[in-house]
Parts: sequence; structure tokens; C-alpha cells
Amino acid sequence: MFTINNDRSKFPELDDAGNALIDLTSHKYLKLWQGPQHPGVTGNMSLELTVTGDEIVESRTHVGYLHRGFEKLMERRTFIQCFPTCIRLCVAEPDPNEYLLSSCVEELAGIEVPETAQWLRMLALEMARLQVLLRQVPGQAGTFALGLGYQWGNYIRDLILDRFEELTGGRVYHMYILPGGVRGLLPNGFKNRLEENLKLVDEFLPNVWDLIYTNSVFKKRAKGLAVIPKEWIDEYGIYGPAARAAGIMRDVRKTHPYLFYSEIDFEPFTTDESDVFARSLVRWHDLKMTVDIIRQILAKMPEKGDIKAPTPNVMHWKIPKGETYVKCESSRGEYGMYLVTDGSDKPRRVNLKGPSYTHATSVLEKLLVNANVADAAIMVSLATCPPEIER
Amino acid sequence: MKKDFDKDALSDMYKDKFLAPENEIRFVNAPDGSIIEVNPLDDYFCQERPKELKPRKGVVEKFLNWARAESLWVLGFGTGCGSIEIPPLSTPRFDMYRFGVQMRATPRQSNVFIISGYLSVKTLKRAIRSYEQMPSPKYIIALGSCTINGGMYWDSYNTINRLDHYLPVDVYIAGCMPRPEALLAGFGKLKELIKEGKAEKANEYIQNLDWYKANQKKIIKDWNMPDYNW
Amino acid sequence: MKQLVEIIQNHFPINDIDLRKKSLAFISIHQNQAIPLLEWLKTTHGYKAFVLLTAVDWIEENRFQLTYLISNPDNFTELGVRVFIDREKAEMVSAHHLWKSIWVYQRELKEMFGINFPNSPRVNESFILEGWDTIPPYRRDFDTKQYSEETYFPRPGRSTNDPAKHMKSKLYPKD
Repeated sequence: MFTINNDRSKFPELDDAGNALIDLTSHKYLKLWQGPQHPGVTGNMSLELTVTGDEIVESRTHVGYLHRGFEKLMERRTFIQCFPTCIRLCVAEPDPNEYLLSSCVEELAGIEVPETAQWLRMLALEMARLQVLLRQVPGQAGTFALGLGYQWGNYIRDLILDRFEELTGGRVYHMYILPGGVRGLLPNGFKNRLEENLKLVDEFLPNVWDLIYTNSVFKKRAKGLAVIPKEWIDEYGIYGPAARAAGIMRDVRKTHPYLFYSEIDFEPFTTDESDVFARSLVRWHDLKMTVDIIRQILAKMPEKGDIKAPTPNVMHWKIPKGETYVKCESSRGEYGMYLVTDGSDKPRRVNLKGPSYTHATSVLEKLLVNANVADAAIMVSLATCPPEIER
Repeated sequence: MKKDFDKDALSDMYKDKFLAPENEIRFVNAPDGSIIEVNPLDDYFCQERPKELKPRKGVVEKFLNWARAESLWVLGFGTGCGSIEIPPLSTPRFDMYRFGVQMRATPRQSNVFIISGYLSVKTLKRAIRSYEQMPSPKYIIALGSCTINGGMYWDSYNTINRLDHYLPVDVYIAGCMPRPEALLAGFGKLKELIKEGKAEKANEYIQNLDWYKANQKKIIKDWNMPDYNW
Repeated sequence: MKQLVEIIQNHFPINDIDLRKKSLAFISIHQNQAIPLLEWLKTTHGYKAFVLLTAVDWIEENRFQLTYLISNPDNFTELGVRVFIDREKAEMVSAHHLWKSIWVYQRELKEMFGINFPNSPRVNESFILEGWDTIPPYRRDFDTKQYSEETYFPRPGRSTNDPAKHMKSKLYPKD
């Protein structure tokens, strides 16, 4: 009788360097490419899987399909021209890019941002997080073919994008945050309309809970899948919801409060299970928390005030030589920018570091070993955003 | 319309091109113990030149075009950032299904390819492959200004500037990024063109295949696949 | 940060100290002592999380700057360690034994800057580009605009104005 050995910890056998020993000519293994043209892959990237049966033995991440050379392009643009370029880096959540570049520039040029502008920046960042999470939370179930929540989430997300359109003029790319401040105050009646949308999110949250987190199929497939051990968090560099699901607090808003996050009362959710279910659960709580934060911002922010600090003529704005690293919390985790200037009107070097850089390469390659081919949801649960990796 | 093309420009350097490992000739043990030679280029791919899909005459073609226009199946390949606006299209607010537009997962089932934004050279190679695998009649919608003239990335070393030099484009949708309404308008325009029998770019691609291939091979330095991927 | 920098000064020859923020400082160290310093900081001072590794091309001085940014997850401080290497012999000791994800950065730097990290895993595989055959694109002497114009087909009709001159002629023609 053919028996299946359930202990897969010794499989595949590894060599000294930690690579799987695979003999492709033995006809036991199959090379399977997932992506770039694949509905289960987040964005435009691909995984080169070696499978035996339906078990993955080895995985290689291939990126570069979205490489535009941002860092090179920004080296030949003036600081103000960098803004429209920089925000196109991550299409799902462009606002952290604007914020990071402006705060890097402000820090090196020594500009103080007015208080109202800082509150408005917070509002824009939190709204961006809200619209991403509205896609991500039900999207996790969508990878297990539960597409209904995705429709609900996208409906509310569209309404949030309408609010963005009202505030900034753009639906996807906003360019709201500029060095020195923001581009405008809240329009009349904006708060009420946003509050109406937030009420929809309030209704959405218990509904999506009933739909996803009490669903036995989702539980069965997501629980115990792709567990990240606690010690990996620092070894590999895992941030955001993935780290919080492992019981380790990683939230830049708490650890390095920027803007006025120290005045906001919030407590990020952590849990210990560290599997796909836990990461999804952390995102659900994040969504709840984001709504709460937006309400607090709307209540605490000043109505009127200066929104932009005076800056030199942006056409010939030279920034003194220096280097800095600024980070903020995106929906995927710590998102940082390293900016080096050389005293000219163009940046010398810009480097954006998103959590996907490690999540999608070294971590995902490890997590996929011994997983099932159908469990592409592991990638979605790490919220990989390919443009962040190759830029 | 035959584009002027200098045949000598196609240098011989591509003749002895290297192949991807999976395309190399190899010997395989059959279950009965005999040894079989496998030449993937001959065995798995069709080496013949593709043929045009000639329009039929009169009312038959009109009927076919009506049927084609009312059922556009889109390949789900998000090649660039424009793909973020495609999921909202499938939700009730914009609802592309009412126009007969739906997403398919594989090129073999689809006949519309939305090039959603900039194409890096690495993606272009995959886009060409996906496009050539689609059955005719097939159409390309180019989304965003980066497909028209490079847009934001006009001076980037890794993104192409003009898509129509590499793949035949039926409809352009300008903007960065185009709204879902613009996408719906683009689908409307494509339907009009199909119904009038003007969406014949796929045939033009085959007529000018040499010109397109020369352009493609100029930038795809490691061309390790057959010339036309059926 | 100031205390930590003083402690490091007692053990390692560092210079160019830049105390940027309360939680961020940059230091420079010689190429040979960088990896021992990183290892020392990791084991004794809790700088066990790795944030980023990137390079800056100082073509005028004919050298590359490598920046290792490491962070301490217990007191939430970050330290940037700058290493300068020669641009002609761009080679650096690999640090893949210290952090498990650093090989990805080294692979990217090898491809985009041409900085070699001997013995780093999979360092010679292409990461982002495919079939690239000219100088690595992130080097300063690589002109992306010229490359783009030569390789891809620019659509005629795009005109470029110098924004400063254009604004002046449109807005203040009399000045």
C-alpha cells in the first residue's frame, strides 16, 4: 500500500548552503511558473515553483517586471519634479511616498511644517490606509475563492476614493502632500460626507466578520498555514501586520510617533498565532482602528490655519548636503526613504525601502516550501507590492 | 498597409540565438526503455508563420462583428499600475459585465488585452507571448499615457516609449491614471470599431510581422523563445 | 545615540559622525572593519534588525558609498554605517552570514551598481533587469535619457521646456 509521510520537515533535503536538493531529471519534480500572467499573483511578479505532486519543494521569486528605474529618474529631476514621479511608485497606496519625500526634504532643508498641515497629512495617510485595507481584508478571502466580500469592500473603497477626489482632485494619485505643507484645506461639508462613508465601514466590519472569520472553509484553509516564527521578525526584517500577527509590536506610529500620532489614542492589535488567519485578523482590527483614528483626527484637527510653510522658489531650490532616513507606517508595514543630497537642486540618491522587499523575496521563498500549490494566499497575506521591490 | 521596413537591418546576430533551458533539444527515457529525442521548438511550438483572419463578406461578417463586439473577454494580466482601476470595473458601481466585458484568467480564452500602463522590457516579452497566444480576432486596448509616448517614464531606460512599435494597438485611453469611466468609454469605442469592421490591427500585425519582430528583438536582448508563440 | 557613538569610538576607528535625529545617526568606517563592526553591534548592542543596504555613487571622488542601516528593535534607534569603496575595484565583503535577507540587497547592488559581493548566495543571478548588456544603470555615468532615446522610439512631438525659463517667459516676460 502507498503511504503518505505526514512529517514533511525533512523534505526536501537541503545541502549545506540551504538549497533544496532537487534532481529535475528524476521526473519526480515539475517546474511551475506562477505569474506574471496569473490571477492569483499580487501585481506583476512571478514565482518559479518546483513542485512534487501538489507540494512546493522550492520557490524562487522573480521580480523586475515593473522596474521603471525611479531612483535613477529622480536623480535627474529637481526636487519638485520628483513628486509626481515618486508617488507612482506604489499604486495602491501612493500617499506614504509623498509624505516620505516631503519630510526628507523638509528635514534636510530645515523647514517647519504648520500644525494644520500636519493634521491634514495624517488624515490623507489614514484615508489611504483605509482604502487599501478595504481591498486587502476581503481580498484575503478572495484568494480562497470567496469573492463576495471583495465586492462589498470595493464599493466602499470607491466612496473613499471620491472623498480623495474632493480633497485633492485625484482619484488614485493625489499629490496632496508637498514640501512645506499640503495643497489645500478640507472642502465645505467634507467631514460630514466622510463620516457617512465611515458609517458604511462600521456596517461593513461585522458583516465581513460573519462572512470571512466565521466561515469554516476559510478557517480550515487559513489556520496553521505559513506560520512565521517569532525569531524571524528581526532576522529577516518583517514589519507591520505580519510582525504583529507574530505577537511583536511593529508599528512606526507607536514606536517613532511622527506627525501628531502621539496625540491619538490607539492600540494596534497583536496576536500570537502568526498564520494566514492571524495576519488577516490583524488587518481586520487595523481597519477598525483606522476608522477610529480618522474619527479622532476629524475631531481634534484645527478647522483653519496655515497649511504651507514658505519655501524658496522650487525651480531653483538647492538643498544642503546631507543624508537622512525617514520612515512611516504604510498598510504593509514600515516604509522608509533614504535620501542623499549633494547641495545641488536634484537629489543625489533616493532609496525607498518597503516591507515587501524582504517579505516577497527571502521570507516568501521560505514560507512556500512544503505548502500546497493552491495556497497562493500566503503571498497575499504578506501584502506584497512588487513595485516596492524593484522600484 | 505595409510599413516600410529595411530587411538588412535585421542583423544575423539573432539567428544563432540562445534558447531557454526548457527549449533545448534533450533526450528522454520512455517508459518502455527506449530513448526519445525531444525538440521543444518543433514539438511544442508551431514554427509556421501565422495567417491572417480574412474578413468574410456581407451580412455574415456584420453578424460576426456584432457578436464579437458584444462579448469582449479581457485577459487578466495587470502589466502596470493601470490595473488598479480594473477591479472597480467589476464591482456594481461601474459594472463592466453589462457591456459584455468580463475578465478571463488565460490568454487562450480571451480576445482583449488591456496593456495597463508602462511596459518594462521584461514585461514586454511576456506581453508579446500572451498576446500571440490569444486566438484571433483579438484586440489591444492601451491604457494610460505611458503606452502612447512613455508618459511619466519617457526617459527611463527600462520602459518602452511607443507601444505601437511592438504590438498593434486598437484603442488608446489617455490619462495617468485613466478613470474607470474612461475605460468604459474605451470599451465603447472598441465596440464601435469592431462593429464597423475597423478593428483589424491583429491582421496588420501579421502582415507586418517582420517589422514588429525586428523592433521587438531590438530591445529584448535575450530572445530565447520561438519567433511566434502559438 | 550620542552615548552609543562614544562607545563605538572606543572600540572602532570611526569618523564623519552625523547625529541626525534623536533616533538616527550616521557613522563612517573603513572598508575592512565594517563587517566586524556590524557583527559587534548586532551581538552586543542589540542592533539585530537590518533595515537597508544601498549605495551612492560619488563619481567625482571615484568611490562608492555603501550604507548599512541597522536598527535596534528594543530602543527603536537606527544607525547608518557608511563604507567607502573604490569605484574601479567595486568589491565588498558579503554580510549574508549576519542577516538572512541581506543577500537580496547584495544581489540588487551587484546588478544595478556593479558592486561585487563574493560568496553571497545567488549574487550573479539577474534580479531586476533581463539581458542587460551595458554599464549598470544606477551608476552616475549611465545616461538614462540618451539610452532611452537611442533604444526606444520616441514619439515625435514631445517638446521639453526648461521649467524655470518657461515660467519666466510666460509669467514675467518684461523682467
